[in-house]
Amino acid sequence: MRAARERVAGSVANFVDERTGAAKFLKKSLNKVFPDHWSFMLGEIALYSFIILLLSGTFLTFWFVPSQEELIYNGSYVPLKGVKMSAAYASTLDISFDVRGGMLMRQIHHWAALLFLAAMVAHMMRVFFTGAFRKPREMNWIFGVALITLGIVEGFLGYSLPDDLLSGTGIRIAQAILQAIPLVGTYAAFFAFGGEFPGLDFIPRIYTVHVLLLPGIMLGLITVHLMLVWYQKHTQYPGPGRTEKNVVGYPLLPVYMAKAGGFLFIVFGVTAFLGAVASINPIWVFGPYTPTQISAGSQPDWYMGWLDGLVRMSPPLESHIFNHTISWNILIPGLIVPGIMFTGLALWPFIESWATGDKREHNLLDRPRNAPSRTAVGAMAITFTIVALINGGNDIIATHFSLTINQIMWATRISIFVLPPLAYVITKRICLALQRADRDLVLHGRETGRLVMLPHGEFVEIHEELSPEEAWTRTSHEQLAPIPAAGIDANGVRAKGVLKDRIRARISKGILQEQIAKPTAKDKLEIGDGHH
Amino acid sequence: MRKLSRLRRRKITAPVLLFLALIIVGNAYAFIGATVTTPGATASNARSTMVDEGREIFLRGCSSCHGLNAEGGGIAPALIGVGAASVDFQVGTGRMPLADMSQQAMRKTPIYNEEETAALAAYVATLAPGPAIPGAAQLTFERDGNTAEGGELFRTNCAMCHNAAGQGGALTQGKYAPTLMGVEAKYFYEAMITGPQSMPVFGDKAITPEEKLSIIKWIKAVESEKGLGGASLGKVGPVTEGLVSWVLGIGLLIGIAVWLTTKSR
Amino acid sequence: MSNKELEPLQDPGLPAHAHRKADHDEAAANRAERQVAILFLLSALGTVLFIYSYIFIENNLYIYIPILGNQHAQQLFLGLGFAIALFFIGAGAVHWAKTLMSDTEVIAERHEMRSSDEDRAAFIATVKEEAGAVGLGRRSLIKRSLALSLGLVGISPLLLLRDLGPLPEDALNKTTWDEGVHLVTDPGNRRLRPEDLEVGAVAHVLPEIEHPEHRSLNSIAKDALLLIRIRPEEFRLDAEKLSWTYQGIIAFSKICSHMGCAVALYEQTTKHLLCPCHQSTFDVPTGAKVIFGPSARPLPQLAIKVDEEGYLVAAAPFNQAVGPSFWERKK
Repeated sequence: MRAARERVAGSVANFVDERTGAAKFLKKSLNKVFPDHWSFMLGEIALYSFIILLLSGTFLTFWFVPSQEELIYNGSYVPLKGVKMSAAYASTLDISFDVRGGMLMRQIHHWAALLFLAAMVAHMMRVFFTGAFRKPREMNWIFGVALITLGIVEGFLGYSLPDDLLSGTGIRIAQAILQAIPLVGTYAAFFAFGGEFPGLDFIPRIYTVHVLLLPGIMLGLITVHLMLVWYQKHTQYPGPGRTEKNVVGYPLLPVYMAKAGGFLFIVFGVTAFLGAVASINPIWVFGPYTPTQISAGSQPDWYMGWLDGLVRMSPPLESHIFNHTISWNILIPGLIVPGIMFTGLALWPFIESWATGDKREHNLLDRPRNAPSRTAVGAMAITFTIVALINGGNDIIATHFSLTINQIMWATRISIFVLPPLAYVITKRICLALQRADRDLVLHGRETGRLVMLPHGEFVEIHEELSPEEAWTRTSHEQLAPIPAAGIDANGVRAKGVLKDRIRARISKGILQEQIAKPTAKDKLEIGDGHH
Repeated sequence: MRKLSRLRRRKITAPVLLFLALIIVGNAYAFIGATVTTPGATASNARSTMVDEGREIFLRGCSSCHGLNAEGGGIAPALIGVGAASVDFQVGTGRMPLADMSQQAMRKTPIYNEEETAALAAYVATLAPGPAIPGAAQLTFERDGNTAEGGELFRTNCAMCHNAAGQGGALTQGKYAPTLMGVEAKYFYEAMITGPQSMPVFGDKAITPEEKLSIIKWIKAVESEKGLGGASLGKVGPVTEGLVSWVLGIGLLIGIAVWLTTKSR
Repeated sequence: MSNKELEPLQDPGLPAHAHRKADHDEAAANRAERQVAILFLLSALGTVLFIYSYIFIENNLYIYIPILGNQHAQQLFLGLGFAIALFFIGAGAVHWAKTLMSDTEVIAERHEMRSSDEDRAAFIATVKEEAGAVGLGRRSLIKRSLALSLGLVGISPLLLLRDLGPLPEDALNKTTWDEGVHLVTDPGNRRLRPEDLEVGAVAHVLPEIEHPEHRSLNSIAKDALLLIRIRPEEFRLDAEKLSWTYQGIIAFSKICSHMGCAVALYEQTTKHLLCPCHQSTFDVPTGAKVIFGPSARPLPQLAIKVDEEGYLVAAAPFNQAVGPSFWERKK
């Protein structure tokens, strides 16, 4: 029995290898090593949500009718019977109420979309705070930023498709942003919508973009993203036996394969559970879209919510120049600020290596405390986004916490400038405090709480020394020195680019000067055997 | 009282008052569960005692803000001409008398009982003609309302403040549109015709009485709607959905990822 | 300075492998195997629940679940069955991997990403040679004409997008409103008289057209109007705008001057209009001046009057474009 099975396996392998020469590649791949850490699974959650989105989305396309032609609803949802609506909205109602399991698939699709974006953001935070984007992985970071950007657009188009009152309001706002672009905006909006808003063309068009164009591009980007991870090998956290030159973990087969494959099913299961017990985007509640109707508490999904929050808090600025109108109240929060944020995000690896002068390859991750300035910048960006997000839900927050929308609006208008710098300072202080704690731990060991009386009557607490592994984990990082400023040359002439160098030296000093020196062998010797 | 008697002499007053009294008495009796055909004489007697009783209550409980003759004061509007419907709504839902001087009168347990409220309403209705309390004969929304049409009317006229699912929403400076869930049908009708607090008036030409019934029927349909896709998450839109996706979704999955990557012993 | 000298400790190397119970205890291994099997069987039960729900649960059956309330039974159990079926396959596989598959950590060496110097030199040489052979360096005419045509060829697909929509022309400045057009209720399409609106009342209106059942969303998106009646003495308007009102009735475009949402939250007491999308607040007595929020312009006001039969009609078209701003918009 066993022999027969092995013979079959052998001949299949033989067949494939004689035609592709794959054995050499596969032999190497099957021995690929993957380090194990919970934070390395965040990207996998995103990948699996994407797979769930492709599967559930395909199911939905079998019944969804991407058309804005009007019809009279005659399905099984009674409160809307006889109401005039678009075919897109009616078919979404049919999927929800007249296709068995249709509601479940719709809800799985939408929950998976929220999880996809949440997981991408969480994954990006992990990569950022551990410095995994550094050389040689800058390109992969850019692909990641592109995927998040496309994911946001894809999500927006997705929840716009059902043509319900909430999504129609979202499209209206998107159209207003498009129309606000100077010079070409009106034309762009007319071309996108096939004329005036809302027209009859927009939903069929974004349907193609949503089910074909963007998923195709994203699939390509994800493939390249994963191939690069494969080829460059995964980063790993510092620790005993882990160096820049190796990777410690489990081989692809069987452990990693079983865990990763199992996790796909787990993510799918959790998404299905959410789809079963928690209602999402109940379009039958909102009703069909028409431009004269609106619901209190109209918000976008969370990944757009921070943009909406920025738009809400914008000052009422509009200029009129030579009979033309420029809507700063739309352009600044809707295009300029997010544009700057995403460009900065994409270029961050290069900005950081320029500022620190570090152009080497890094395969060992940073513990966030050991890169205090980077961690602080990250905290600053997160604070900014959360403040904006809070304002994006200010009406819901106001009614549920007995506040006024005006209070929240003013609080966030001020906070958006005050809190991010504050977050920077506080985070940096916390990181330095943690560095200090590490240093104390390594030098003095862990407090045990056991007191002993010395012969001369003094009480001391027994400190337990860290294991060599623990001590190594806390001290194996390197501490870079600031870049020295390129000065004025011997003749007193400013060399070309000196100003740039000075700025860079100044920034580098700001980033790198404040460090708690990690304990050296000499420190350790001076302390002796670790009391106090 | 002279003002009152002048009012009484107006042509329209008598039928209006009679009608009102009929409704009030009818309501009161209907509440106890007895079907009574009220003869005119009884109604007129009942009316005058009720009005007197209502005036008593008014002087005790309302006049300090609304003025001895309901002419209004610095902090409270005049009640002349607001009609019985307005009184029934404000007092019957417990909004009046005010508990404190906050932005908005909140719904709470009524201070006055059914009869006292009816008496107050009868008294205020004598001050000047105004909208009457809709009776059971008017609130035939179960029979005459059209749910789908009501939904359309609701989304055009009501949803922008009360939310598409009638869950309520924020207005400016801390005011808010209350939730419409668990509210008696007659109060919807009264609110539409009287425009309490921030709410504008929806006259019978802007929204016909039949259309009002359709709106009420739709609200009642939404209220009794069972879960179609799971927990409703408050029906307040994407805010709670985003919260759930992060806290429950990502939270749970990270927990599982931690289990997945710890070495077993 | 070299970091090495300061290193207090040497890398102690990978800790010794700690064996699991199941590695040396046959009973523990068997127990783990049973656990994995139970997890897989749970998944099978989930699929059974799924199939049962799909075929046998009636579409109109609701079931009371604590916390969730009354729930559509088929949707709920289809979902739960599906979730159980998927989740426990995953849980079983992971438990299997954790308890029974080899958990020895291995070390793989990394190699620098950059190619060896010989490879790089060879690559550069090849590129130079190829370039030379093609003659790009010398034949500049070819190079330039190719660049030109490559640049031009990109125009064609862009040009093909031209017919996506018509040119804007004057469309954004026009609405259905014109002198004499009746104001009718939305929905209902009934004409209104001034006396139909008491002080404090609002009405949502559209222009009267011949076939209201064929009213297009495009026209609604520009025509929607909100009628508000306040006491005439409360207006703080210039003479012209005041003449556009009728006995305290004032008509505003319902399409927000910020981003086009329906501005319809009217507070009778404060006489403020609030847009629920971005919370621009407009003051009605002063002609919908912006008093809070991001909108930069008042809502356009429509001049109204009554016709000889006493119905409300528009006195003139809007004097400006309604809705959100755009580049060509006149002040």
